[in-house]
Amino acid sequence: MANNNNGAKQISASKKKIRMQDIAPYIFVSPFVLYFLIFFLYPICQTFYQSLCQQVGFAPPHFAGFANYKLLMDEFFMKSVQNSAMYTFFTCLILIPLPLILANLINSGFVKQADGIKSAMFIPALTSVVMAGLFFRYAFSSNAEALFNSVLTSLGMPAQGWLEKRTTTWIVLVIFCCWKWMGVNIVYYLSALQTVPKDLYEAAELDGANSWQRFMHITVPCVKPTIIYVLTISIYGGFSMFAESFTLFNGARTPGDIGATIVSYIYAQGFNRNNFGIASAAGIVLLGSVLIINIIQLKFNGSLGKEAE
Amino acid sequence: MKKKKTFLSILATALMLIFAICALMPFFFLLISSFKPGSEMIRNGLQFKFDFENYSLVNYGLLTTDRDGMYIDWYKNSVIIMVLQVVVGLFLSSLVGYGLAKYRFKGRNLIFVLVLLVMMVPVEILILPLYKQINTFGMINTYAGVILPFVVPATGVFFFRQFAIGLPTEIMESGRIDGCGEFSIFFKLMMPLMLPAYGAMTILLSMNSWNAMVWPMIVLRTTEMQTLPLGLQSLLTPYGNNYDLLLSGAVMSVLPIMVVFLLNQKTFIAGMSAGSVKG
Repeated sequence: MANNNNGAKQISASKKKIRMQDIAPYIFVSPFVLYFLIFFLYPICQTFYQSLCQQVGFAPPHFAGFANYKLLMDEFFMKSVQNSAMYTFFTCLILIPLPLILANLINSGFVKQADGIKSAMFIPALTSVVMAGLFFRYAFSSNAEALFNSVLTSLGMPAQGWLEKRTTTWIVLVIFCCWKWMGVNIVYYLSALQTVPKDLYEAAELDGANSWQRFMHITVPCVKPTIIYVLTISIYGGFSMFAESFTLFNGARTPGDIGATIVSYIYAQGFNRNNFGIASAAGIVLLGSVLIINIIQLKFNGSLGKEAE
Repeated sequence: MKKKKTFLSILATALMLIFAICALMPFFFLLISSFKPGSEMIRNGLQFKFDFENYSLVNYGLLTTDRDGMYIDWYKNSVIIMVLQVVVGLFLSSLVGYGLAKYRFKGRNLIFVLVLLVMMVPVEILILPLYKQINTFGMINTYAGVILPFVVPATGVFFFRQFAIGLPTEIMESGRIDGCGEFSIFFKLMMPLMLPAYGAMTILLSMNSWNAMVWPMIVLRTTEMQTLPLGLQSLLTPYGNNYDLLLSGAVMSVLPIMVVFLLNQKTFIAGMSAGSVKG
């Protein structure tokens, strides 16, 4: 499209007669085109190239084929990918259906003070990860009196060293994510629910459908585009999660890599060790996984192609 | 039947209240902790115990005095970066979104697909090459370095496009008949019509800018250039000697965005759901 852009300008210079109306759109979109070329396409190509080169520190890079991708197969990276995948899977498992059910509940009119509750649930999304991380770090402290452990012990379960083991770290991170995005997803679903035609429900009620059937056969199909949207951004968000783990563990490296994610791997390799080649290869893996999973998901849900309209 | 309805209503409200309380809990506990010495939180974690007689505002006094008022610098940096980022981002993304929505031209669909692509690719994979690029531009440790790589926010372009599609094209036609150029049509006629969209996007972009962490962390290298999230993060040292400032600082960093939110809840929520509508 850069050629189109230049082409249009040249034509305008040679033929004065051409209408401003035909050139204007190219000027309007030119900031994005420039932005795309300089800060998106070029860096992506650079990442591809870098991922095929070996470079340590500031020595000149040399071409190394897929050596970086082979080097990637270390335990640190495997754990990062596994952590990111688990995190994405469980956050989607909770953050796709539960907010829809809650939004439906709010929409049903049974909930009093719905506006206040909506606002309260939205507030976590406004908070910086640093502040929220501070809370989660100390609410999940390992001593028995800390918030979550005191709940556990009052239920007769042993206190946990939450951020010392891998599975419990996953739990903390998933709770963190659910806390932050639950309200936002409810808002997404609520705005989608407004578009569901009311008479569909009435007709279903006449046919004797119970509320669960109405939910599954009317609500879910009607808000499907929003479900897909939420799923797409959740996959994106899940795989690119970094700041949460960074604040919980106060760094890109965590003891035994229990909190490592793909992005923290990129950060640690790139900025802490100056291993740009390996970090770039990890970036390409991240890009690939997000795009592939989202394409499969969009294809499966039958909404690929519609989006470009 | 009526009794059953009231019962259901109480049940549903109670359930939602529990969720709302969970959502607000972190703020409550951090607010409480900010009145106590930070060392206490490190030692004990956050607890359900409250000893109100020991609370004081000492930590809040540190905001202006500790380390030559570094916190004020962070605040200033955050505000400057946010204002610049939002003003420039709004202007450019509305320009592009409007162009995509209101004109038919060759390459229009391609550009729109590219916008969607930018929205879908994790920014994080670009941090290394972007860092090198900003480095060659000599913009490390500057406001420009933070802002430039995200100067045309793709979500903004997408949102303004969706919004502008719904605007009446006749206004543009009548503007042309009146002899307006294409740009004065945009600035004088269409921009005022897009005000609601500007409102929603202002909120979304300022929220992202205010809380941004990963990219600013890479660009801003010195303490006095840091933004609030970075500065607060840097106080998280293992020895905990900075936790007094950290706690009051964290509370004060949420305040502006919270106030903006409470004043414009409706627009705020509209801005958030902007991306999903008509998706």
